[in-house]
Amino acid sequence: MSDANPILRWDYVVDQRAAILGAVLEHLQLTLLTVALGLIVASGLATLALRWTRLRPTISATTAALYTVPSVAFFALLVPSTGLSRATALIPLVAYTLVVLVSAILDGLDQVPASVEEAAVAIGLTTRRRVLTVRIPLALPVIINGLRVTSVTTVGLVTLAAIVGQGGLGRLILDGLRRAFWTPLTVGAILSIVLALALDAAFVALERRVTPWSAGRRTA
Amino acid sequence: MADRERGGGMRDPAPAIRLVGLEKRFPGTTDPAVSGLSLDIPRGAVVALIGPSGCGKTTTLRMINRLVEPSAGRVEVEGRDASTIDPIELRLGIGYVIQAVGLFPHRTIAENIAVVPRALGWQRERIAARVEELAALVGLERDQLGRFPDELSGGQQQRVGVARALAADPPILLMDEPFGAVDPVVRARLQQELLALQERLHKTIVLVTHDLDEALTVADRVALLDRGGRLAQFDTPDRLLREPAEPFVTEFLGADRSLRRLALRTVATLELEDGPVVRAGTSRAVARDVLAGFGGDWLGVVDDLRFAGWLPADRLVGEGSVGTAELSAPAALVGPDDTLRTAMDRIMTARTAVAIVIDAERFLGVVTLESIRRALAEGDPTVAR
Repeated sequence: MSDANPILRWDYVVDQRAAILGAVLEHLQLTLLTVALGLIVASGLATLALRWTRLRPTISATTAALYTVPSVAFFALLVPSTGLSRATALIPLVAYTLVVLVSAILDGLDQVPASVEEAAVAIGLTTRRRVLTVRIPLALPVIINGLRVTSVTTVGLVTLAAIVGQGGLGRLILDGLRRAFWTPLTVGAILSIVLALALDAAFVALERRVTPWSAGRRTA
Repeated sequence: MADRERGGGMRDPAPAIRLVGLEKRFPGTTDPAVSGLSLDIPRGAVVALIGPSGCGKTTTLRMINRLVEPSAGRVEVEGRDASTIDPIELRLGIGYVIQAVGLFPHRTIAENIAVVPRALGWQRERIAARVEELAALVGLERDQLGRFPDELSGGQQQRVGVARALAADPPILLMDEPFGAVDPVVRARLQQELLALQERLHKTIVLVTHDLDEALTVADRVALLDRGGRLAQFDTPDRLLREPAEPFVTEFLGADRSLRRLALRTVATLELEDGPVVRAGTSRAVARDVLAGFGGDWLGVVDDLRFAGWLPADRLVGEGSVGTAELSAPAALVGPDDTLRTAMDRIMTARTAVAIVIDAERFLGVVTLESIRRALAEGDPTVAR
């Protein structure tokens, strides 16, 4: 039995390579879509928090509360209304990104040095110009770091979306579990780890690229 | 010098900046930060706002470009009521330098200098040319233009800060403790650079400082504020030191007011004396008379307009003439551009009781303690930088 069902059977992998590649792409697509939507929603929430500072604690508390909802339960709760659709997967996934992304955006904007802000006002930059050319660029390292953390966690959560019929590599894992056939399970698990590491590296590279000024004094 | 006099006119018909009954009360405070402040800042003058902490000097500065809005009174900039000018337009037309510099860390030096011209929509080529011009003006190397602020020293960063403020050639420059964050050596150098810059640019500069020496060195006129933004005295540095208007001013200036005045005048403004100095080849008998007439133990010898050295009185015996072979090395020398303070220091530490004034080796005369004392007593000495 153990010979018939090893951890990894290469012939299966070769045979199923198109399906495996498809699962990787679907996984990547769902992850990036989640992070992109998360960034849009988080930007909106951060803008609200900046414009009406009294809303900030409420926004923080709400995003934190969303994060505490167990993922399987979150997916399951949506099935009656949105079925086994992509939306059922995306809604919880996006909701989970908000706690990190909203605080990354706000912290990033907050850490612009007061002297830089003062100088920007004093030399006559408009609010719009200040936000676009000073605050956001300076917040980018923190925001990109938030995106990095979010995308890595999302890769893991997307796997769980397999229970609502989405989830790329998660479906391989689920398939392996159902059939007690280890190869798809191993392939799904290893590739999702590889995907997480690749995204992590990609965001580190992106941060370096968009923040050349901090290259010399990076400590982390 | 002419500029300083022009800048010193009390009743300038069109001052660059006029503060009229300016008052600022911050919410939640009982005492005003600034009250009833009226001040004319003449075009082309360097005016220092100085006073103890809490005197409202920074608040006053910030009301000029509407970073702070006055509670009462008004600011006129180039004859226009500042409250009627759009704050962005007003600020783009006024250079601003702060102690913390506040360079944009994510922008190169060139981009930092270009911020205001870019906001004004200048053409790319014009901006590039202006950046190079400013870099040369404030003493930045060309290869520094592509660096980021963090890669520069504090002094270099402040030069960039000044270049950024000057980028669009504003007629007015506001400086809030501009040299407060650098060490004394760099500070002194930056102050001299600012003066040299001002010689060429003739900006109207308002500078906030808590450093009395800085105010006296850099400013044509000093506005000394008391707590609550009350103007105690507005005068040239020399007149401030010579005739303090009230006890607060006297106390603020400190006990060494006269010594500070010495730093404001150069040796060139003195009437130099001949002193105990003879030409090489003078007979020793005549030399003895000269030294006796002056008093002191050392005789100076000039050879072909050049100061050759000193001869001690006890060696000035016998007949014949004074030669140059027997002289001690020239000491206690000052130049015409040295301050009286420097001259006095030389005299106090020399054995010769006088300081020799030379200009590129040429002997001009001597300074004595008595001539310095007389200069301080003069009614209205010409102010030197």
